[in-house]
Amino acid sequence: MSFLQVRNLSVRLKKGPPLLRRVSLDVAAGEVRGLVGESGAGKSMIGKAVLGILPPSIEVTEGEILLDGVDLLRLPLAQRRRRIGALCALIPQDPLTALNPSHRIGPQITDRLVDILGWTRADADRRAGELLAEVQIPDPDRVLRSYPHELSGGMRQRILIASAFAAEPKLIVADEPTTALDVTVQKQILKLIAGMQARHGTALLFVTHDLGVVSKVCQRLSVLYAGMVVEDTSVADFFAAPRHAYSAALLAATPKYTDPSAGLIPVPEAVISAVQAEVAAFDRSVAHG
Amino acid sequence: MAEARAIDGRSMVRRKAGLRLWLSAGWLGLLCVVALFAPWIAPKDPLAQDLFLGRLPPFWMEGAEPGYWLGTDSLGRDVLSRIIHGARVALAVALIAGTITCLVGATLGLLAGFLRGWVDLVISRLIDIWMAFPPVLFSILLIAVLGPGLVSIIIAIVVIDWTRFARVVRAEAMAQGAMDYVASARVAGRGRLGTMMREILPNVLPTIVVLLTLEMGIAVIVEAILSFVNLSISTDDPTWGGMISEGRTSVHQAWWVLVFPLVTLFLTVLAFSQLGEGLKDRFDPVLR
Amino acid sequence: MPFLRILLVRLLTTAITLAGVAVIVFFVIRVVPGNPIAMMLPPGATEDDIARLSALYGLDKPLLTQFGIWVAGVMQGDFGTSITTRQPVLDLVLGRLPATLELSIMALVMAMILGGAAALTGTRFRGGRTEGAIDVANGMALSVPDFLWGLVLILLFGVLMPVFHISGRVTPSLELPFTTNFYLFESLIRLRFDLWADLVAHMFMPALALAIPLAAIIGQLLKQSLKETMNLDYVTLARTKGYGETRVILREALRNAALPTLTLVGVQFTFLIGGTVIIERLFSYEGLGNMAIDAVINRDLPLIQGIVILFAVIFTGVNLIVDLLYTVLNPRLRHG
Repeated sequence: MSFLQVRNLSVRLKKGPPLLRRVSLDVAAGEVRGLVGESGAGKSMIGKAVLGILPPSIEVTEGEILLDGVDLLRLPLAQRRRRIGALCALIPQDPLTALNPSHRIGPQITDRLVDILGWTRADADRRAGELLAEVQIPDPDRVLRSYPHELSGGMRQRILIASAFAAEPKLIVADEPTTALDVTVQKQILKLIAGMQARHGTALLFVTHDLGVVSKVCQRLSVLYAGMVVEDTSVADFFAAPRHAYSAALLAATPKYTDPSAGLIPVPEAVISAVQAEVAAFDRSVAHG
Repeated sequence: MAEARAIDGRSMVRRKAGLRLWLSAGWLGLLCVVALFAPWIAPKDPLAQDLFLGRLPPFWMEGAEPGYWLGTDSLGRDVLSRIIHGARVALAVALIAGTITCLVGATLGLLAGFLRGWVDLVISRLIDIWMAFPPVLFSILLIAVLGPGLVSIIIAIVVIDWTRFARVVRAEAMAQGAMDYVASARVAGRGRLGTMMREILPNVLPTIVVLLTLEMGIAVIVEAILSFVNLSISTDDPTWGGMISEGRTSVHQAWWVLVFPLVTLFLTVLAFSQLGEGLKDRFDPVLR
Repeated sequence: MPFLRILLVRLLTTAITLAGVAVIVFFVIRVVPGNPIAMMLPPGATEDDIARLSALYGLDKPLLTQFGIWVAGVMQGDFGTSITTRQPVLDLVLGRLPATLELSIMALVMAMILGGAAALTGTRFRGGRTEGAIDVANGMALSVPDFLWGLVLILLFGVLMPVFHISGRVTPSLELPFTTNFYLFESLIRLRFDLWADLVAHMFMPALALAIPLAAIIGQLLKQSLKETMNLDYVTLARTKGYGETRVILREALRNAALPTLTLVGVQFTFLIGGTVIIERLFSYEGLGNMAIDAVINRDLPLIQGIVILFAVIFTGVNLIVDLLYTVLNPRLRHG
């Protein structure tokens, strides 16, 4: 049984249109799954739903999220939070806003070890130092005593990655972890995440709009359009021969690293209208079912 | 289900805001009518004393006299009639003092915020100095200087409270002055004064109206406070503050002498304030 | 660098403000009709007596000379002599100051507790009926000034359910062992909880009346600020760490949300201190404000000057402290 199983998950804006349409996906222990799609396709929404941090304006209408066999959506809030905190972690998108400006770095890495997992402060501090060394931050002791505003964006993202791995979670959701960074830093961070994932054997749900990133770090991927999974396949198969027309168009639209001069090829109109018709058909079937 | 509740909730908030506006306006309108026609509405002469009828309780209690609906004070004067006549002073102060304060404060604030430079420097410094005075003590001092009376109270309120308008309007005029449309009006050849009156003022006006409403409530309170320390208009004329002051001393013997003017004052201040808040929610993009 | 510069600029503007207050109060009260000397002499005193006494208090000299003498005295810590009590103004004023300070601080603490509780509860149960109820209560509390709340409290807890004293600072028949005028503070130090309870029973209503409007302001601002903070990324990240909502509000959001509220509370606290004047009168509480009103009624010019200056010093001082506190509490400014 996969560690994370999302089954028929639908969410919508309260009294608004659906944002996820019966999404199902699995992440096995130690596996890396990419979630790709255009902006607004709902890829981040899945990560947020798994971690229980959907904004209050959004509600889950059906489905289950099984984490290690237990449906998170059936747990009361406090228990759900604890379970997620013990088993999962988030690598957020924007390192500049994801650290609390009025706490030092150290406690922001160790807080859950001490508060939720019951470590002693000394153990937690030692662990924080090791983690910072592992994410290649020079002079960890000084950094642990710093405030976030004293550090660069790349440094802060490394800290957030260290913090995500701190409690040895079984599953990490990485929500476009490189989009907010400089291009030069992006590659280092990507390599760092991939390396950490491999060493710790953590399952990873990697949200991104960049198929190039997927080809480097992921084993499986789900392609989303308008909150619907249009393709769920292995990365090797996908790049060899995407099954869905939309996936193929998306792949064709991605600029090749090997040939940057090729430029952007937009997803063809015909493909868009075909996939939109699919969505409409789905909505009709839900309305009548 | 959740959906229906959300929609209900929002429209209910709006309905409540509207209700609040109407209730406040209704109460203040009623007060205006009562004040205008006080001599015809009041059942008794508010100054008539009758020591045999001292401290009569209100009509539903034992020992009440017919005609004295809300009872009498220690000198046998009719509480209801005094409240009705007191409305005249309260509303006169609210309207006149509020309006003058508004004109003075808003003008100074507009000048400071729009002209900047030394004008702003002088006015801002003045505001700072004013903020360092305890306002109640300042008003009591001014009444001591000017002598008791309606005009003195109005002057005192204007002198003390102009900063309320000046502070907000100055900041707002500054913000508006920095916007593109003002620059383009200037480029189009409009003079400084013209720009201020035609471009800035209309945009600050909603803020000013809201502040004016709030200021009227404050003026009523200031008058009551001054009456309370016996520095308002002559001690014979009925004022809510004066009645409260008397009621406070005999609260254990005749609570009604304190309660009725207090409730009236409370509702009036609340009404002005809620009217201001309601207007703010409706019209003012700045204060909201 | 910025800290020192902020401090210097603030000290300079504070000095200008205080000088302005001194000039205004001095000349305004000289225009007060009614000769203070005539008021203190028994009826039937001759013109000669009045002139002699005026000379004694320096009231016969030209206004500018009087001002010069007064300023020179103030610089040396001499605020003149009260005309009614014939004691040094400084002694009188400093004797009453502790009572007013204790009242103000008590009110501030009450306002912070009430307002903080309202904001935290409102944030914890945001979007529901609880928040709606808190908003309505806040709106009411804010609409009505301290003076009226004082009267309402007198009716509620002085007459209807007489649990607190409605006048004075302490029961007069009690024997007071205190050496300072900080009664409340000293009663705690001396472990005289009986006296402490009596003081609190007197102070409760005036302090609460002062606290209610400020509590509403704190409640509104802090709640708004908290709700904005609760949507920030680092708060969301904290939720994924396994913390409950209450814990997230207290640990992650409160400190950052409190900063913007703090500056406003500073200004509002000076309004609160200004409010003590009438509230002390209302509750016959023997503080500065009550003394000030008596001084105005008795035309005690040196005393009025002294009290107003002291209030101005407190107001500007509070604002100064709040500004500096803001700098200290905000790590970005501290290290910047």
